[in-house]
Amino acid sequence: MELVDIARWQFGITTVYHFLFVPLTIGLTLIVALFESFWLRTRNPDYLRLTKFFGKLFLINFALGLVTGIVQEFQFGMNWSDYSRFVGDVFGAPLAIEGLLAFFLESTFLGLWIFGWDKLPRLVHAACMWIVHLGVLASSWFILAANSWMQHPVGYRYDEESGRAELTDFAAVMFNKVQLVTFPHVVLAAYMTAAAFVIGVSAWLYVSKRHGGRVATEEEVEAGTAPAVLAEAAGERTMYRRAMRISAVVLFVAGIGVVVSGDVQGKIMTEVQPMKMAAAEALYESEESCAPFSVFTVGTPDGREEKFAVTVPCLLSFLGTGTFDGEVKGINELRETYAETYGSDPGATYYTPSDYVPNIPVTYWTFRWMMGFGALGTAGAALVLWLTRRRRDDVVHRAWVGRLGIALPVVVVAANSMGWIFTEMGRQPWVVFGLMTTERGVSPGVSIPEALISVVTLTTLYGVLAVIELKLLARTVRKGPEPFAEPPDPGRDDHDADAPLTFAY
Amino acid sequence: MLGLELTTVWFVLIAVLWIGYFALEGFDFGVGMLVPVLARDETERRVMINTVGPVWDGNEVWLLVAGGATFAAFPEWYATLFSGFYLPLLLILVALILRNLSFEFRHKGDTAQWRARWDTALIGGSFTAAFLWGVAFANITAGVPIDAEKDFTGSLLTLLNPFGLLGGVVMVLLFLTHGAMFVALKTDGEIRHRARALAVRIGLAAAVAAVVFLTWTQLRTGDLASAAAFVAAAALLVAGIGAARAGREGWAFLGTFLTVVLAVAGLFLALFPDVMPSTTDPAYSLTTTNAAATPYTLEIMTWVALVFTPIVIGYQAWTYWVFRKRISTRHIPTARLADSAR
Repeated sequence: MELVDIARWQFGITTVYHFLFVPLTIGLTLIVALFESFWLRTRNPDYLRLTKFFGKLFLINFALGLVTGIVQEFQFGMNWSDYSRFVGDVFGAPLAIEGLLAFFLESTFLGLWIFGWDKLPRLVHAACMWIVHLGVLASSWFILAANSWMQHPVGYRYDEESGRAELTDFAAVMFNKVQLVTFPHVVLAAYMTAAAFVIGVSAWLYVSKRHGGRVATEEEVEAGTAPAVLAEAAGERTMYRRAMRISAVVLFVAGIGVVVSGDVQGKIMTEVQPMKMAAAEALYESEESCAPFSVFTVGTPDGREEKFAVTVPCLLSFLGTGTFDGEVKGINELRETYAETYGSDPGATYYTPSDYVPNIPVTYWTFRWMMGFGALGTAGAALVLWLTRRRRDDVVHRAWVGRLGIALPVVVVAANSMGWIFTEMGRQPWVVFGLMTTERGVSPGVSIPEALISVVTLTTLYGVLAVIELKLLARTVRKGPEPFAEPPDPGRDDHDADAPLTFAY
Repeated sequence: MLGLELTTVWFVLIAVLWIGYFALEGFDFGVGMLVPVLARDETERRVMINTVGPVWDGNEVWLLVAGGATFAAFPEWYATLFSGFYLPLLLILVALILRNLSFEFRHKGDTAQWRARWDTALIGGSFTAAFLWGVAFANITAGVPIDAEKDFTGSLLTLLNPFGLLGGVVMVLLFLTHGAMFVALKTDGEIRHRARALAVRIGLAAAVAAVVFLTWTQLRTGDLASAAAFVAAAALLVAGIGAARAGREGWAFLGTFLTVVLAVAGLFLALFPDVMPSTTDPAYSLTTTNAAATPYTLEIMTWVALVFTPIVIGYQAWTYWVFRKRISTRHIPTARLADSAR
């Protein structure tokens, strides 16, 4: 095994893992901020209970997103020092600005939100979560600008003397056309993820025998308290139904947005990274017009020929170019074009003469799974909206609603992961498209044992943490939201400053 | 810009970020390490942890920004440092992960064993990170083997030299003192007195170790400016200990805060104009000029930093103001303890 393989495995494992938490964080800050604002506006106790409950789940998730994020920043330098030297002038700036503009904002105002229930006036408290949300959006902007530059480098020049890419136009990097469409695509997918999570948890609590689905026991019937028990369960169901419907709207609208932005993204990708699109389709031979979209393809093991395929006529032309008779280039033609362009570039010390084709099965299937899972999630939102229309208490009798609850977030999270695996694997063998191959980016001074220690340590640690995280989430969900308690209002004079902390570790 | 070289401006800014990181996270490392020493029971442990609860995360962002700023302003420095100090940084990552999760997860379990495990993570993580940062900064200042390709050629053992190890010990002792001063300032009741007494005792040990380390640094690479910073740091540490003895906790904490600020500033002054000296050949040393990004990148970053740094400092200071009240055992809600007894 080469160093580059170990470093790539580590990057893949740590990044996919990190990105399990990121979309939930982005989306949950929005949903929790919405719940708290609804509470301030309507004074409906349900909204405060939902705010606190999903706030708690959000924090469990945020903690892991935060700590795995530190690894992300360090490993560019640790495993990819030649990459860092080569791109630091362009790529470092958005990272540094992300820290200064976004991370400080997120962490500081989240601290205020968690511990500030009895310290801040209510409006200020609610504003804190909105500020955290602004912070995560800013964060997404800068990190996606950095990633988009790797997909489609702009605003730089290659300096022969220093042997590195140097920034010439910061605005071009910030408003890269790939970035402009990637940002909405990723953020909307994050909204989908959090909305699916809230729906899932609420649906489960809705049918749970300990919460919304509670029925009176024989003792309670005998004691005459059964009507009160049933009324309480009905009240809980109203709350969960509300949470489900709000989130289903978010999931559905965001889902449509992801499709629209993804469509634009596909066209830009066909233009700037044609090989990625061809690989996504396992399209071996160019199609001058009316390229078919393949639903299922098997190619020869060397990836040069198609053996069997199920296709929809002309759809690929439409996805890639916007017209049904547009031309889409195939892998074999592109391979020659790339070899001509990059194989003979005299100043290019950052290329390794290479086969410019990414791993076809991975790109082909992740592309499909991304779209399929995303579509399933959106359809799930529509189903939830239909199931919860009017006051349909009979939803409670359908055990599969609880199962839908568990499936929905899993499906949407999977769509997110597939999207990233697709876009990063589809860029290979480049780390910066057309400028530097991944092989050239690794740290020359790092030994294989060191890299192995690192990937094994982090993977083991991440595995253990996943178990702890899931246990904590499950335990918190099983407990359900706490009963309503009017929080202290520090904006008022009669507030008792010596009372115990509303929230303490 | 003001006739200053932008590379120098960025050297100073990165120094400021590291200083901010150590002066702030230094005390929450200290609090983490002191949990088994200062707290007598679960409620007191929670008092201690809650003194840093709302702020530790913001403190740690100083590290992330320092890392990001180094990447952007001195890519060569970032690349050499992070790939060179590979295993210590990996350990620091693991330590920070465990420590940070301890803050968030410790109170979520309902068994004594769960809490004891996270306590171990908090104590071990805080100690390991503090010690290794000390080792790393001692080695950065003293220089490490770097070849003509700007790559580190040593190993883990290269870094664990006597000077590096002493740097680690000093960092741990300083943070213990700083953390104890913080607990004394932020709590009330018995624990406050215990913390103050301990701060004085550890502070004296820290002072002795720091004077040896800083003198050694000064003799190796220092100049007049670093000497002034080191002398001031030592004086402020002694003044801080004196203030703690006199029961003036605010002044005492300010003393250790400024001690960390000046000691780290002194290290950077001793380093300048190098950013990572090479012991292989001085010609291979990374400097503020040969490791820097282009003037254009630095200029953009300078504007961003000029606008946003004051805003960040402003709202972080406001957070400390919001949570200015001392915490004592009576502020710890009992609900969760009862809940856990079930």
